[in-house]
This record gives sequence, structure tokens and C-alpha cells, in this order.
Amino acid sequence: MISRAEFKEIRDNGVWHQNTSLVQILGLCPLLAVTSNMVNGVMLSLATILVMAIANVAVAALRNLIPHEIRIPVFILIVAALVTVVDLVFNAQFHELYQVLGIFIPLIVTNCIVLARVEAFANRNPPLQSAFDGVFMGVGMLWTLALLGGLREFIGGGTLFAGIDMVIPALRPWQILPEDYPGFLLAILPPGAFIVLGCLIAWKNWVEARTAARRSRGQSATTLGKLVGGA
Amino acid sequence: MDFSTPPYLLLERTSVRRIMLQVLIGLLPGIAAYVWLIGPIILFQLLLATIAALSGEALMLRLRNRPMAMFLTDGSAVVTAWLVALTVPPMAPWWLVVVGSLFAIVIAKHLYGGLGQNPFNPAMVAFAACIVSFPALMSQWPVIGLQLSLREQFELVAGLAPRIDVMSGATPLDAIKTALKVSEGSVDVPTLLATQEVFGNFAGRGWEWVTTGYLLGGLWLWQRKVIGWQAPLAFIAGLSLLAAALWAWQPERFANPLFHLFSGGAMLGAFFIVTDPVSGCTTAKGRLVFGFAAGVLAYVIRVFAGYPDGVAFAVLLMNLCVPLIDMYTQPPIFGMKKER
Repeated sequence: MISRAEFKEIRDNGVWHQNTSLVQILGLCPLLAVTSNMVNGVMLSLATILVMAIANVAVAALRNLIPHEIRIPVFILIVAALVTVVDLVFNAQFHELYQVLGIFIPLIVTNCIVLARVEAFANRNPPLQSAFDGVFMGVGMLWTLALLGGLREFIGGGTLFAGIDMVIPALRPWQILPEDYPGFLLAILPPGAFIVLGCLIAWKNWVEARTAARRSRGQSATTLGKLVGGA
Repeated sequence: MDFSTPPYLLLERTSVRRIMLQVLIGLLPGIAAYVWLIGPIILFQLLLATIAALSGEALMLRLRNRPMAMFLTDGSAVVTAWLVALTVPPMAPWWLVVVGSLFAIVIAKHLYGGLGQNPFNPAMVAFAACIVSFPALMSQWPVIGLQLSLREQFELVAGLAPRIDVMSGATPLDAIKTALKVSEGSVDVPTLLATQEVFGNFAGRGWEWVTTGYLLGGLWLWQRKVIGWQAPLAFIAGLSLLAAALWAWQPERFANPLFHLFSGGAMLGAFFIVTDPVSGCTTAKGRLVFGFAAGVLAYVIRVFAGYPDGVAFAVLLMNLCVPLIDMYTQPPIFGMKKER
């Protein structure tokens, strides 16, 4: 089973401390290619979460049976089977979106985030922990890609949720800026992805540095308090 | 901020503020021709760019905890701003030059570490970002001889008057490219140059005098030893040698070298962009390589690619090669024999 502390650690690592996009900087190719809007980023992340969670459980359950020397081909087989399922589901359920995401759904097989989690975590931990790890690593990827896609879409075209009608037909994209907003196209083009991702990484590092500074200041204050109290 | 390179007697002459001030003076002949031919609206754009660049500089200095007064008054942001304003069409809406200047200062300069640290020329990064993002606005160059009062020009820039395509024409470089494409070989370049309105005595009508102004200002900078001769000469050589070779081969398809030198951003690039001491090469031999390759690339991009001019992209591509060029062109240390 899983203790509360263990769960917390897995959750915090996945969502923040070991964030796949901002800390490990893994899976850059789909990250840069599909985050031209928020919906694409979210949907690709959801597909990846599904694959990652199930693949982690499967590998964790089989980890004592898989010969160490050929573990990578076995992992790839498991992941590829799952991706095929996701690929067919996307094709059937969200056909338009499937055409937009194109090659990046099948490419989840080669996504280094999936392989990294399977190899580094599921191969050494029981199934339940591995399932949580897969989900929370995916959630970390999800919010980063959503934020990145949202920012790029907003700067580039002044909209949010463009293409939402491909997922939920009843909804319409939200035009935030006026219709005659000229659109800073660079944000939607690949260089824009690099620039915005760089800004997000800088933002995360800034937040961490600030928290660390606060903590050390708090600590020195308590030591000082003890010293004064002791005297 | 001063460079501490010997001989120290010259320290006063090499302060950043002094160099930047002279570069600004060097731009004045070109700006004067611009005002005379197009109208004083360019002065408004220059002012707007300066304000935007200085605001961006102040904001970034504050965020980065750097001394504000020293960097704000060194003039480097103003040089960047003026170069941005001069590469954007004069009647472009006001926000275009603001976005360009801010992009140059915030992203191309300060995110890379500020003055002296940027690997790419900030003004050219801004130009590239703008032409990729707003290709239509960036190619609306006004027709020379278009009679617009200052008030009408100002209304256009402020976005109060509707933008009509009639007011803008293709740049001379674009005009040749488009005419050749449309006619599919039935028109040749010499006839075009002689008959079409946009062409003047030796390059684009009107613009040829603006670029001549840049040439004069550049020569003054060289005479004052603000810029070296290597990069500009090599750039001009690269551009005109390739142009001359193709012109000699097929004069009906390629314009003459003189036309290319005085069109688009060639002169501004030769004397104010490739001479950038930060993003360019540091060795004398390296500057020759840098300038020459940038000239060749500029020609290739402006003639064979889809963009109206190639100087910005050529300079950015060569900026990438600067560390490599510098590594292979290190001069031998004084007193040492060159290793073989």
C-alpha cells in the first residue's frame, strides 16, 4: 500500500519539483509542436497521462519477470500497444483534433517522458505508486502545456480555447482581444514556443529562489531567537 | 562604462556613451534625406522608438537590479531604437515600432545579459520578429512623391485614418522580383529599371538618396575610427561581387551591383549593423569573414527567397557563427611566432 508521505512526495515531484517540461525539459518536440493553442496541449497531455499511467502499472506489475538485458524493447512494446489504443480512440472520438495533432499521437511511443518514468520509476516500484507517478507526472506536463499553449495562443491571436469545438462541439473559442488585434504571429511559430518556455522556466526558478530565500531567512530568525532566548 | 583596453590614454575616446553618440550622429545624414523625401513623420517614429526602448531598458534594469542611471544614459538603447525605427516602414502604425523596440531591448538584449552580452544584433532580431509576425504591415513602404500632409501621415501612424493599399508600393527589390515572376521571362531587368516608376537614377527612386546618406554617415564614422573598415568593406564586397557575377552572367535576370548596394538595408547594414562591436566578430580577420559572408547571404536571401530583404537574416545567421570565426582567426600573441 502507500503511505500519505509517499503519496505526497510522488504528487509534488510530478506536479512541481520534477516537472517534465520545466525541470527535466523532456519531450520538447511534442511540447513545441502542439502548444500553438491550449486545447491541443491539453488533449495531447491527456493522451500521454493515459498511456503513462497504464504503462507504469503494467511495467511495475511485470518488473520481476522482465529480463534486465531486454527491458527497453519490452517497455516499448507495452507503451506501443497502449499508444495504438489511444490513437484509435482519438481517431474515432475526436477525428478533427486527431488530424490536427497528427503524428504527435503515435509519437507518444517515443516520448522520452513515458520511457523515462517506466525505466526510472515503474521498474523499481510497486504498481500503486507507479500508477500515481504516471498520473502526476502527466498532470505536471498537462498544466505546463496548458499554460504554454494558452499564453502562445493569447499573444499570437488574442483567443483562448481555439479548437475547443473539436473536443466539445457545443463550445466556441473565446475571443479575448478585439477582432482587429493584428496577432503577434511569432508566438505561435516555433521560436515563440522556445521564448515562452524559457520565460516559464525562468518564472519557476524565480519562485523557487524566492521560497528558498524566505525559508533560510525564517531559519536564521529562529536560530537567532534561540540564541537570544538561551542567553 | 569604459573598456579597459590599453593604451589607456585613449580611454575617454572609447567610452560607450561617446561611441553611441557618434553612431547616432552618423545616422543623421540618412535621417535628413528621409525627412526631406518621405516627410517628418520618421522623426515621430524615432521619438516613439526611443521612448519605448528607454522604458524597456529601465524596466529590465530594475528587474535585474542593475545601476539605472549608468546604463540608461549610455545611449546604446537609443541606437537600437533608431535602427529599429529606420527599418520599419515610416507610415506603419505606432505600435509596430513600439513592439519592435521593446522586443529588441527586453528579449534580444536583456534576456541575454544586457549591454555587451547579446549574441544577436537586437535591432535585427526586432526586424526579424516583426517581419515574421506582421509581414503585410512591414512591407507597406510609401511611394515616393506621394503627397501626404504631415497631418495625414500622423493620422495613419496613430491609426485614425484607414490604411489604403494605394499609398504603399512594392520596394524596388520586391518590384523586380514580382515583375520577373509575373511576366515569366518576357520582361528583362534593364527595361524594368528604365521604365518603372519606383526606380530612380541608380536604385529605388528617393530611397537611393537615403541610403547614400547612410553611406556618408558610415564613412564619417570610419574616419572618426568609431568603426573599422573590415566589416563594412567585406560586406559591400560580398554583396557586390556576387551581384556582379550574376549580373555579368545574365544581365536580363539580375540587377546590377550598384542597384543592390543602394537598395533595401544594404548600406544601413554595412555601416551600422555588421559593425556592431557586441554581436560581430572581435578579430580583424574575423570581421572580414563575417562581413563577406553576411554580404553574400544577404544577396542570396533578398534575390532568391521570399522576404523583401535579406540583410537582417544574413546578419542573424552570421551572428551565430561569430564564436567559431573568432576561434579560428585569433591573431598570434605579440612576440610569438605563429604555430604551424
